[in-house]
Amino acid sequence: MRWLPLLAIAALLGTLGTGCSKKSSDVIKVGEFASLSGKEATFGNSSHEGTVLAVEEINAAGGVLGKKIELLTEDNLSKAGESGTVVSKLIDRDGVVAILGEVASSRSLEAAPICQRSKIPMISPSSTNPKVTETGDYIFRVCFIDPFQGTVMANFASKTLKAKKVAVFTDVKSDYSKGLAKYFKEGFIKSGGEISVELDFNGGDKDFKAQLTAIKAASPDAVFLPGYYTDAALICIQAKQLGLNVPLFGGDGWESEDLVKIGKEAVEGNFFSTHYHPDVSSAKSKQFVEAYRKRFKNQDGTPKSPDAMAALGYDSAMILAEAMKRAATTDGAKVRDVLAAMKDFEGATGKTTINEKRDATKPAVILQVKDGAFKYVETISP
Amino acid sequence: MDWLQQLINGLALGSIYALIALGYTMVYGVLRFINFAHSDVLMLGAFAAFFLAPVVGTIFPAQSYLGAAVIVIIAAAICAAIGMLIELLAYRPLRNRPKLTVLITAIGVSLFIEYTCQHKAVFGARTRPFPKLIPDHNFHIGGIVIGNHDIVVPVVTALLLALLWLIVQRTKIGMAMRAVSFNPQAAALMGVNINRIISFTFGLGSALAAVAGILYAMKSPGIEPLMGIQPGLRAFIAAVLGGIGNLPGAALGGLLLGLLETIAGGIPGISNYRDGIAFAILILILLFRPAGLLGEVKTEKV
Repeated sequence: MRWLPLLAIAALLGTLGTGCSKKSSDVIKVGEFASLSGKEATFGNSSHEGTVLAVEEINAAGGVLGKKIELLTEDNLSKAGESGTVVSKLIDRDGVVAILGEVASSRSLEAAPICQRSKIPMISPSSTNPKVTETGDYIFRVCFIDPFQGTVMANFASKTLKAKKVAVFTDVKSDYSKGLAKYFKEGFIKSGGEISVELDFNGGDKDFKAQLTAIKAASPDAVFLPGYYTDAALICIQAKQLGLNVPLFGGDGWESEDLVKIGKEAVEGNFFSTHYHPDVSSAKSKQFVEAYRKRFKNQDGTPKSPDAMAALGYDSAMILAEAMKRAATTDGAKVRDVLAAMKDFEGATGKTTINEKRDATKPAVILQVKDGAFKYVETISP
Repeated sequence: MDWLQQLINGLALGSIYALIALGYTMVYGVLRFINFAHSDVLMLGAFAAFFLAPVVGTIFPAQSYLGAAVIVIIAAAICAAIGMLIELLAYRPLRNRPKLTVLITAIGVSLFIEYTCQHKAVFGARTRPFPKLIPDHNFHIGGIVIGNHDIVVPVVTALLLALLWLIVQRTKIGMAMRAVSFNPQAAALMGVNINRIISFTFGLGSALAAVAGILYAMKSPGIEPLMGIQPGLRAFIAAVLGGIGNLPGAALGGLLLGLLETIAGGIPGISNYRDGIAFAILILILLFRPAGLLGEVKTEKV
């Protein structure tokens, strides 16, 4: 009970804080939590930059309800347990009206119950695990979910790759990988395909030749490899060494420049699904790419091209602003109702429609690694 | 045909475990304690090669066996120095304390290296692409593929094992190592400089770790500060399996473990339990031969 006085002081300071900021009632405070440092820093920074760009554009166009949006960003250091703390602070101390974040599903799942309890709408830009929005009716996302992604890859394998037999190579340490593998298998068998062999690895392993030899022996037409980019790159290298010359393909966990840096020529020609690609032409999308390249630079000073995380970060802020405009208030419950009914919202990643599970129904894009870059192949709609 | 390919995969993997196990077993042979920081010296070896490769590439032709040998030798020298430094700073002050104290310190040193290297200012936690040191050649014989790496690794391991055996059995310093191992006090009385011998042992063990780290990184070219943990753990088990303190035993244990893992990993449905199966078999072997495959059973007088 020793912390009780501390808590009382904190609460008092909180009230004082809101009391002092009376004069700032001409701004709308929106909270964002992201992995700006730590091991998933590239994901967090991309998403954050997209969000910042959206807020700047909204404010330049006069803001929302006659007020400017103030974005309060907290870093969770890519650590488990931090997201809950920073989101509580944003809601209780800073008095934000909505929360944006995060990329990793595990960290979105930490923040979601807090937002739900405080009746503050939360929009996750790119967490794909189905459980995130199942937390409650105040939790939304602007990306598709893994069951859809798995089905998309199943259709891609049977229709575009014309594969009859596919081997599945799953990371048993990752829920993301296992989920994606499950939905892929269901979809692929439904479309008349055959899973020739299933093998597992542990994320972080360095030797995959044993499993790859068994995969090669089953002579599949392609290999589905749902996992993260480091493992995927090493697996592609060892597959090539063993003479397994069939396409390997995976999900959005592949989208990192490190895939190409580590995998080099071994990842060439392989495919993965993700949320968005700058080349996909919609007027809104092109506009976003241009603005982003103008606003953000790479380390060497060249314009930075937005990836899927950046585009989804942008969309999460834009859809929130739109909902507040339509609700004509920042009241949590009313904004929530408008968000739940959002249809065909035109954003950087295409049209977003929120379904009854508060997930976005939107197309996925398939990319191929070509000459060390990710080239657009096709869009698959739900 | 399939099993032949798995045999080759297993031997290539096992040779690396064997090489790491040699370092564990040698330090144990002389000092009777497990140097848990060994697996981190392995990682430092890989990173040393990572930073050396572009420099050496400007002097020697890139992707040549000669250039690779130069990189390996410099990296091994750097790691030997690091190993001696670790011994000097962390283990020597505890020389006469209970063995458990030194063991805990070794774990501490291991964690210290791992987490220091993960800091942004050092190497960072991100996986780095390891440069190609030697050109790729794959030999297709019938249905099986043998890469030149699969040949280089066992050959290097065999050569180093032979060299090590020669040093320990045929040189004066090797005799001193055996003497320290047999009875440190008596060796000191006979005029053996114990500090120098132990320092040398650590240097040699760490150089082996560096070579193993580079071979491991060449096999799967993504390196990060925690890359040593898994192979280090398996090599430790391999050393115990072969009979800890016994050089050929460590090599045998490493090969056996590599083979078991590869065979279990290649069976659909149970590839998930690859480590579980490999280690279950090891437990069985140790139940029947508690001192390891080539270890001697010593009856201690009480």
